[in-house]
Amino acid sequence: MIPVEFDYVKVTSIEQALAALKSGGEDSKIISGGQSLLPVLRLRMAEPSVLVDCGGIDEMLGVRDDGDSITIGAATTHHGVMSNPLVQKHALLLAQATATVADPAIRHRGTTGGALAHADPAGDIPAAALALDTSFVIAGPGGRRTVAAKDFFLDYFTTAVGPDEILVSFSIPKCDWGSNYSKFNRTAQAWAIVGVAAVVNVQGGVIKEARIGLTNMAPTAVRASTVEAALVGAASPADITAAAMHAADGTRATSDLHAKADYREHLARVITARAVRAASGI
Amino acid sequence: MAHISVTVDGTSYQGEVEPRKLLVHWLREDIGRVGTVVGCDTSNCGACTVLLNGRSVKSCSVLAVQADGCEVTTIQGLADGNDWHPVQTAFKECHGLQCGYCTPGMVMAAVDLLSENPTPSESEIREGLEGNLCRCTGYHNIVKSVAYAADLMSAGPTKGAK
Repeated sequence: MIPVEFDYVKVTSIEQALAALKSGGEDSKIISGGQSLLPVLRLRMAEPSVLVDCGGIDEMLGVRDDGDSITIGAATTHHGVMSNPLVQKHALLLAQATATVADPAIRHRGTTGGALAHADPAGDIPAAALALDTSFVIAGPGGRRTVAAKDFFLDYFTTAVGPDEILVSFSIPKCDWGSNYSKFNRTAQAWAIVGVAAVVNVQGGVIKEARIGLTNMAPTAVRASTVEAALVGAASPADITAAAMHAADGTRATSDLHAKADYREHLARVITARAVRAASGI
Repeated sequence: MAHISVTVDGTSYQGEVEPRKLLVHWLREDIGRVGTVVGCDTSNCGACTVLLNGRSVKSCSVLAVQADGCEVTTIQGLADGNDWHPVQTAFKECHGLQCGYCTPGMVMAAVDLLSENPTPSESEIREGLEGNLCRCTGYHNIVKSVAYAADLMSAGPTKGAK
């Protein structure tokens, strides 16, 4: 189908983008890669009056080294993120999760920041962002603020980014722990039925610390904190399997066309064990 | 209406477009590049795949205004005169098509894959074509075609010509 009529504004700075959002009012929408928005527009599930294209704002493009962390411009494409040497070296989990998003053509257009701001509970990036303790820089009419990952994802398709705000970039503390993103889906380019993002600090064959993010087990990506606590001291596959039995604790999985909630809970336990074993090498 | 300037298959085009116009519709309706087809219209099938600044994209999922200032390569821009691109030759030699509807997108996705990975394994080919569906389910020969294209291209620039 063909989207409804809208105005289109291409901006080259954050200030221009904020001004365009303000003048467009509540029906204005940000677009960059458009890989989530355009399918919605074609189905006429959204009818914006103005699209503000932020894909050409220099500050929102690329990856930079900030010493203890790396900062990724929100409009950097998935392909740009997963193939970036800084990401591969210091935030491998993000590269691993990004590489599973949709398909190569979508990854050439779609942006990692866009996926985070879109906050689809079945999207792969939010769980990785949680596990990596990502922080988010949001620009709005009142200036800029930084939001921690735990405060960023608020609800189904809802983040801390307000309607008159823009996600500018996100920063990840450098992490050299073992990592893995595993997801279960049944067909090519399908959304995750359940996904697990794991980073694990292993010393001398023993897990010292782990951070686990879950995809599609609640209205937002969530941390599997009970598993994280249970993994401390794990040194064998049996230890990991036992810890992973807590993967569905406190989650709010839904039943839909693809899976019932209890099946999702089962998958979370199985895939958490697999992801942690792959990340830890145990 | 928005003014756009886009280079398509080596030719520069200027035009006025509605912002809501999808790139695939602009290619087909405004400049007659009908080699690029509309398949599913839901971003799944990849039949409309073109190269945008050298990388594969689904042209049903890009606005024409977003292509302003860019270079687009369609299936019609691959051949050099009467000399086919090696990927086109390989699809013919390996019978990498049945009904042919997915072929323009398959070929463009394969060109993109081989530009990044000139010697892909079978699984890398399958993953590289993950975004392209063949509803005849003729994947086996498509994968063989891409592997053969890789051989042709590594053997030299002229060997793949028709």
